[in-house]
Amino acid sequence: MIRRFWNVALPVALVVALAFVPQISVDIPKLFNGPIDSPGTLQLLATCLVFAGLALTYDLLFGYTGLLSFGHALYFAVGVYLPAIAMTKWGWGFWESLAITAAFGLALPFVLGAVSLRVTGIAFAMVTLAFAQVGAVLAIKNPHGWTGGEEGFGTDFEKLPAALVGVFNTKHLYWLALGYAAAVFLIVRWAVESSPGRVWQAIRENELRVEVLGLRPHSFKLMAFVLSSFLATAGGAVYLLTSLTGPSPSVTSPNITLTLLIMVVLGGAGTRWGAVIGGVLYKYFENRLGAIGDSPTVHDLPGILRTPLSEPLFLLGTLFILLVFFLPGGVARLSLRGRRAGLRRFEQALASQTTPVGGGIEKAT
Amino acid sequence: MSTFVLLTITGFGLAAMYFLIASGLSLIYGLMGVLNFAHGLFLTVGAYSTWWFGTHLTGLGNVTVRYLVSALIGLCVGALFATLVELLLIRPLYRRHIEQVLVTVGLGLAGTALVQAIWGQDSRPFVTPKWMNETTTVLGAHVPNDRWVEIGAAAAVLVGLETFLRRTRYGLIVRAGVENRAMVTALGIDVRRAFTLVFAIGGVAAALAGALSNVYFGSVTPERGTSLLIFAFIVVVIGGLGSITGSALAALLVGVTQQYANYYGATSLHLGSSIGDITVILLLGLILLVRPQGLSGRLA
Repeated sequence: MIRRFWNVALPVALVVALAFVPQISVDIPKLFNGPIDSPGTLQLLATCLVFAGLALTYDLLFGYTGLLSFGHALYFAVGVYLPAIAMTKWGWGFWESLAITAAFGLALPFVLGAVSLRVTGIAFAMVTLAFAQVGAVLAIKNPHGWTGGEEGFGTDFEKLPAALVGVFNTKHLYWLALGYAAAVFLIVRWAVESSPGRVWQAIRENELRVEVLGLRPHSFKLMAFVLSSFLATAGGAVYLLTSLTGPSPSVTSPNITLTLLIMVVLGGAGTRWGAVIGGVLYKYFENRLGAIGDSPTVHDLPGILRTPLSEPLFLLGTLFILLVFFLPGGVARLSLRGRRAGLRRFEQALASQTTPVGGGIEKAT
Repeated sequence: MSTFVLLTITGFGLAAMYFLIASGLSLIYGLMGVLNFAHGLFLTVGAYSTWWFGTHLTGLGNVTVRYLVSALIGLCVGALFATLVELLLIRPLYRRHIEQVLVTVGLGLAGTALVQAIWGQDSRPFVTPKWMNETTTVLGAHVPNDRWVEIGAAAAVLVGLETFLRRTRYGLIVRAGVENRAMVTALGIDVRRAFTLVFAIGGVAAALAGALSNVYFGSVTPERGTSLLIFAFIVVVIGGLGSITGSALAALLVGVTQQYANYYGATSLHLGSSIGDITVILLLGLILLVRPQGLSGRLA
């Protein structure tokens, strides 16, 4: 009972507290560039929140269903590109653009998921990567002048609701991003606790056993894939609004998927809080490490130290490798180390001695 | 006709590079179950070593000798790098496949970023031996000579790898390990040495692809490893994981299809120049629908 209470109270309290952030005008010099209610800082926080939501959608696939997809960037990019193209190039209204994006955001993962889920494991990873590459190629190729090629294009801001445009309204964008992250959190929680959600987790643990029980893993995996991809498309649309610029091909890059993977692993795969924390921390560090690379302290260093430090992706990649080695399970599992970690290790030792076919060890709770 | 010949031979040249990357990926996956996302970085390491030594060894006679020597050093650097990666990063995580994939992902990102930080994001021109840019006339088509070098190198690697796998004791261990690793271990053979060996071979092949790609594209860029790696993945899936001949066939299929689609799609159907990439990915989708286990029949 008490646990249930905290499960509800904690997220609600956090969202309410975060909603008041734009009203604080304190300046924290080392953490942020300006006061917290300044547009720059709010935008950074909004990006962090959008990526927290995106990391959650990826966690739904990877952490809960055990599907290692390398094509998640495609669905995110659909959400970034399609509304902008509809508004700017086709002259559609704001809501019509969102509607077509939602429809496409459901149809595309349904078709691509049905094909790519025919293979499993590593082959699935490669196939999703290949499909996502079509998106990246299309974005650069600029068909009919829609995507603007390598430069991307600026969105027609006339079409957006007035409350979302302009530097003074950055706090609205922040709230939008917060709303997105909170909505994804709720949907993912509801989904993984529903009965298909339990099947997803069963598939992650032992797909063969699910099949033996008479369920078709393919349809359940497709369900998880479509839901997760659709939420990523929604995240893309929110990202488009919060980024204040138009879409550019960088959102289609496979690196987006890889960073989502890093966020989820950083926080702890298969835990909701872990993905949220991972997403926020990663985006924050990516932004702030870039600033550190430009700072005078780093500029005075000898070249051999300065060059790697100026590249955030190098630091994050290295950090990621260290984490995989020294903190498996991510930040969220820090509190669970000790007894449960010991239990897990025991389970793994047992599992590696028995043959994997049909012989999965019951998950200790 | 001459266009068709030119497209076919250029497609073979491209296929040569795909094969060189895919063969290493496929062997590593087949033996160890590791999808090596750092394989693109191996290519980048080979490409940049070749380029760096090529520009610094100015005392060495003509451009051809310099290219050969620098490519040879590039191959050694690639082998060394791949061996170190296996020993330091992959070996401590044996049996934990997801973690191994994650580590290679991190390494691929960090390594590419480091190359970018040191030599910049933009592509740098690569000095090619002059005769490689000249053309030979075959059936009316003017084929750039570097295509022959690429095809020859890949063919040599294919023959060499097949001989190694079929005729030597280590090759036997590798093949047996691909079939059933537990059994090989049970017979008292230290498979882990074969793991390191396979990584080194993969590193050499990828570095060779890097050295050749410098000539094929006439430049070095940090991004090329990643973009070629994606097509190598497609080749591996189409060819069937763990099969060298499957990879070779799939590489030819992908390379040639890409060239034809690029040319005929752009000239007759006005579809733009990237239609080749999209066609290849559609081909992948089609093959998965019809034959999910790949051409060689090994279950993925």
